[in-house]
Amino acid sequence: MQKTYTNPVYDYIHSPDQDAVSPTHHPVVIVGAGPCGLAAGLDFALQGVSTVILDDNNTVSVGSRAICFAKRTLEIMERYGCADRMVDKGITWQLGKVFFQDDLVYEFNLLPESGHKQPAFINLQQYYFEEYLVDRVAEFSDIDLRWKSKVTEVDTNSERTRIKVVTPDGEYEMTCDYLLVADGANSKIRTMLGLESKGQVFQDRFLIADVVMKADFPTERWFWFDPPFHRNQSALLHRQADDVWRIDLQLGWDANPEEEKKEENIRPRLEAMLGKDVEFELEWASVYTFQCRKMDNFIKDRVVFMGDAAHQVSPFGARGANGGIQSVENLAWKLARIVRGEAPPALLETYNSERQHGAEENILNSTRATDFITPKNHISRVFRDETLRLAEHYHFARRLVNSGRLSLPCSYPYSPLNTDESANFNSALCAGSPPKDAPISVDGQPDWLIRHLGNHFTLLVNAESIDPAQLAALQDQKDLQLLLMSQNEVSREMGKLGTILQDAEGLISERYDLQPGRAYLFRPDQIVTARWAQLDSEQVKSAIQKALGFELETAA
Amino acid sequence: MKLNTQPNFTDPDAFYAALTAIHRDLDRDQSERVNARLVLLLANHIGDMEALQEALEVASNLNDSA
Repeated sequence: MQKTYTNPVYDYIHSPDQDAVSPTHHPVVIVGAGPCGLAAGLDFALQGVSTVILDDNNTVSVGSRAICFAKRTLEIMERYGCADRMVDKGITWQLGKVFFQDDLVYEFNLLPESGHKQPAFINLQQYYFEEYLVDRVAEFSDIDLRWKSKVTEVDTNSERTRIKVVTPDGEYEMTCDYLLVADGANSKIRTMLGLESKGQVFQDRFLIADVVMKADFPTERWFWFDPPFHRNQSALLHRQADDVWRIDLQLGWDANPEEEKKEENIRPRLEAMLGKDVEFELEWASVYTFQCRKMDNFIKDRVVFMGDAAHQVSPFGARGANGGIQSVENLAWKLARIVRGEAPPALLETYNSERQHGAEENILNSTRATDFITPKNHISRVFRDETLRLAEHYHFARRLVNSGRLSLPCSYPYSPLNTDESANFNSALCAGSPPKDAPISVDGQPDWLIRHLGNHFTLLVNAESIDPAQLAALQDQKDLQLLLMSQNEVSREMGKLGTILQDAEGLISERYDLQPGRAYLFRPDQIVTARWAQLDSEQVKSAIQKALGFELETAA
Repeated sequence: MKLNTQPNFTDPDAFYAALTAIHRDLDRDQSERVNARLVLLLANHIGDMEALQEALEVASNLNDSA
């Protein structure tokens, strides 16, 4: 059926590990070359740790699955060096319409905040997202991506993990310090280890279809509650790249997936939805049930779960892939420093605690949207319908309409890695917050703050009225880069201490309340971990130690 | 308590009469819809989640005869 995209076929390559007399040892092995596994490989490479990625298939996602990638994901992709291709290919949208029964209830314009390099979100088919990641992975010699390599046995203890891999030309064993598992919602490795992902299966089925429109159709997100063409159910229409449109049709629990997937059954529904005169071709269709569930602990000895294998959500709000990528980013810098011997093993546990919090937030939001879309009893349905009717005339009710709250970056205000702040900042970006981008200029060239954060700890300082000795005292701090914000000519001496940037539109000062002498410390995953009213090199050093988990170990 | 459970109506009898009057000619389904709209409108007017939560708790305690 699929005409706009042909899945690439990647070569199986015989690995020297297969001929080794005894199992080869790798610091990090990743299972699954989906969005999270590939992202993990890239992140580790950027943090100086080589990885092996194993995938039992030899191509990217078959059929489109995730489509909506949020700004935070794109910022992470920017750090990996593949955001531009995604944004160029993807569809940027901000207009939407909500319908209830026969009526247009309201229109919205998401009007994203200006002064960010990345858009609020793009729509892009998952296969493109994965293909661009695969292409980027190929540019790193220390990522060994092995297709057609299926993990059939896993044996882990507190020291290491041993796995058996089956390939088209035989099987072999490997050992690793850490096995990262991103083998999807029905993770076989999770099952092999006797672990569970627990939660809620929604008593509902959805038909997901991708169609190619022959005629122009607006770049808007349309959501119908109880439309005349599909009574008592919901429908969603959303544009993707290549003039492909994603259609979600709620089918109800009693629907027969095999019947619903047939083109002769899909076509009349779509004709009712799009109008009889709209010509379209069906690209791909599938019937889903949705689940919201997660593992109680994402870590089992030397095995760490990521993505849908660790936490799964219903698609309303685009929190699956976006949540998964945030988990990868959270894990990679920590584990890389443990592997490099620069952080205590206890740091790994904060991947679990921080991302349990992220997963709970995503599950909460997507469950609420699912409950609004599919009311669970008669009175919930009455409230839902009256909310929609009021929304047509009263703005307040629009805030209750929930067809998915689009993924926003997760904050970790209670992380044990944060350093408590003592100053009053007129900015919500406290320790644990994701960064806010801003336009800057470096050497007279326009640039973006976000491009200068990450991979190492980064200290952003308003260098006006700074004692250069404080900056000089940080020159011997490992794993730290300095960003010095200055509006004036800086002395040549100070220019040697870090990257000098100008606050091009005053947005850093505004978003960070970065007055002279103030400083923000960002973790290697760009999360704010400390901020001070007056830079003090000793406090910066302690905050880095704390963010690396050294105080956790003392406490344990 | 953030929720004001002390008398606060400017004209309690008039409110009660008006509340029952809007339901007088409605069937149960219509009344249910009107009540839902009323809850949504008033909840937005209150706005404060803590006060709303307290109201939800008081209202849902059907055995509370006090």
